[in-house]
Amino acid sequence: MKPHNTTKPSRYFPTKTVFALSAMLFITAAVASAFRNKEEGPVGKIIINKDSIESVKAFASVYKVLMSPRCMNCHPAGDVPLQGEDSHLHTMMPKRGKDGTGVSAMKCANCHQETNTPGLHTPPGNPKWHLPPADMKMVFQGKTPHELAKQLIDPNQNGHKNMEQLIEHASDTLVLAGWNPGEGRKLPPLSHKEFKKAWITWLTKGAYAPAPKPQ
Amino acid sequence: MANITLNINNKEYQLDADPQMPLLWAIRDMAGLKGTKYGCGVAQCGACVVHMDGEAVRSCVTRLSRAEGKKVVTIEGLSETNNHPVQQAWQQVDVPQCGYCHSGQIMSAAVLLRENPNPSDQDIDDAMAGNICRCGTYLRIRKAIHLAAEMQQKTAKG
Repeated sequence: MKPHNTTKPSRYFPTKTVFALSAMLFITAAVASAFRNKEEGPVGKIIINKDSIESVKAFASVYKVLMSPRCMNCHPAGDVPLQGEDSHLHTMMPKRGKDGTGVSAMKCANCHQETNTPGLHTPPGNPKWHLPPADMKMVFQGKTPHELAKQLIDPNQNGHKNMEQLIEHASDTLVLAGWNPGEGRKLPPLSHKEFKKAWITWLTKGAYAPAPKPQ
Repeated sequence: MANITLNINNKEYQLDADPQMPLLWAIRDMAGLKGTKYGCGVAQCGACVVHMDGEAVRSCVTRLSRAEGKKVVTIEGLSETNNHPVQQAWQQVDVPQCGYCHSGQIMSAAVLLRENPNPSDQDIDDAMAGNICRCGTYLRIRKAIHLAAEMQQKTAKG
């Protein structure tokens, strides 16, 4: 009778080998994932196809829109929103408040309705009318193209948005409100369709920041 | 026109009205509550401030469609016997001059004190900057709000 073989079958790897292979696979996957996020290739459903020239060119259009009163007036450097084509401080001096919706008897929604109020220069409306919150002010006012581009793609400064969320944000109802500003207010310099195209181009071509101006 | 039910000062009003009509119209002309005033009509002066689910909204630009299903409180409903601390302080300090803006002032001040029981001068300025007084009673308004804060705190302790 053939003696019973007490040794392990050869198809089994030693434990140490299995552990080492698993660790290598994990590291490889992690590196590849980081590579996809930072270099060319898909980020979620988004295809990144880097082209710094196209990206910076698209951002020039994005910047013109974001610095127009319809966008910048709610992204002030201070804690009071801006008004009008000259971006003066909002009359009545409403304050940002902790969450961006104002303070006590001066909350945005006390005057700003869900839709525009009829009439010339009456309060524009949107169900989400607010400023960025106090802990992430997302300031546009006074920012150079270089500074704004850097800020927009930094999750610690852009409302914790990733690439997909940034692209979706172009169609946010509060962003769209810029193109329905109410009587007496100018539209942004590009149509929303043009803006969205430039925004997506800037991001998907690598979200390059224009060079800082020489000092 | 549509059938709209409004809750004003804990009373239900059945109205046949345009949902786009300003709440102020319903308060004054349909419910007959004349304490809330019409000032500018474009949310610039604060004379028309009422509470809607506790917030100091401007009723001249608030549509009925937004107010339906919410609790609206006007100056007439702020307290049972005009004994809200802000109303008492207003009387003690004798704040009003012509008085036209003061129902709005009081309604805004009541929200301020609910959210901030011990406001600084800056807090008062921040909260009341949207309520304009052509008689210039701002110093008395500030004094009365501080007094109302004291009264409110004493009541809370007592």
